[in-house]
Amino acid sequence: MHELSIALGIVNIAEKEIKKAHKNKVELIELEIGALAGIEFNSLDFIWPSAVKNTVLEGAEKKINIIEGEAICGDCQHIFKLKNIFDSCPECNSYLKGITKGKELRVKYLEVS
Amino acid sequence: MCGTCGCGSEENGITILSPKELTSHHHNEEGHMHNHEHSHNHHHHEHSHDHDHHDVHHNHEHNHSNTHHHHHHKTVIDLEQDILQHNEVMAARNKGYFEAKGIFAINLVSSPGSGKTSILERTLIDLKNEKSFYVIEGDQQTLNDANRIDALDIPVIQINTGKGCHLESDMVYEAVKKLNIRDNSILMIENVGNLVCPSMFNLGENKRVVIISTTEGEDKPIKYPDMFHTSDICIINKIDLLPYLNINIEKLKTYALQVNPNLKFFEVSATTGEGMNDWYKWLKEN
Repeated sequence: MHELSIALGIVNIAEKEIKKAHKNKVELIELEIGALAGIEFNSLDFIWPSAVKNTVLEGAEKKINIIEGEAICGDCQHIFKLKNIFDSCPECNSYLKGITKGKELRVKYLEVS
Repeated sequence: MCGTCGCGSEENGITILSPKELTSHHHNEEGHMHNHEHSHNHHHHEHSHDHDHHDVHHNHEHNHSNTHHHHHHKTVIDLEQDILQHNEVMAARNKGYFEAKGIFAINLVSSPGSGKTSILERTLIDLKNEKSFYVIEGDQQTLNDANRIDALDIPVIQINTGKGCHLESDMVYEAVKKLNIRDNSILMIENVGNLVCPSMFNLGENKRVVIISTTEGEDKPIKYPDMFHTSDICIINKIDLLPYLNINIEKLKTYALQVNPNLKFFEVSATTGEGMNDWYKWLKEN
């Protein structure tokens, strides 16, 4: 359940930003999470209420943009959609690749009041 | 971060101990309670303040005015901030420390029971006269592993993560400070037995070594691809059991290479010592 650590990391970021901006609470938080980032979205939703309880994120709307995986083949430079980390290049079948999208784990923005 | 109760304050529920000092546990627990109460009060205060403000302006349409209010006063903070940034920053700090002191740091990861501690023990026994070793043990509970290492006269710190399922770089930072490592040593960090969570948390190590044992099934690398994707070395342990098992090691390697074509393998038995020399050779060359 590293999703708890992730959620608490998000809480820390929000608490810091609220303090900096001299505001009281977060109304909306938008996250960008890659499909290959290793986050189980059900787990994140499950622990979210307990993680944000009594913090500036309590009651905030949570929006998650899921970013699909994308890779560039290390052999033929073909750019392809990556569903699993172990997928091979559909053009040349090589497993050598650089992952260009899908590993994101970011707080994109906050709406605070 | 607190994995015990879900509060945001750091280091709660985590203890970092050497087998030689066993006192500070309760102290930590007390500090924990204090932190909790504090943040509670703080937030309540802010809440009620907001409400009073409302009531003065729009007494009738309470619900409506609520949303209106927020529309007028809302501020957007563009962040684009990496959620794991704190962990990455502390990992970079560890890495810099290791580099400056010529320390070669290894992050040992695997599922529980694949033989991380046994491989570590055997390695320490066989190499401790040639190299200087230090060990950080990560487990949810108990000093058992640290005691096993301590029995070999190797400096060791145990990190108990409580309910936490992985080590994070700030825990390692604290443990490293306690260890006071000599220059040009090897630091072995044995992560919490878990093939999922530790993959996301960089500790500042030079190399990540994933251990899989022959009793685990050959498709593990594609079932838990993240760990194999982020590792440099794969040790296949318990090869002495191969005659009794229905596992195809070549298939296991093929799967692992699909996830990570750069993975380097060592096939060993920590019990019989078979194959350990190749692993030692690699360790000494790095």
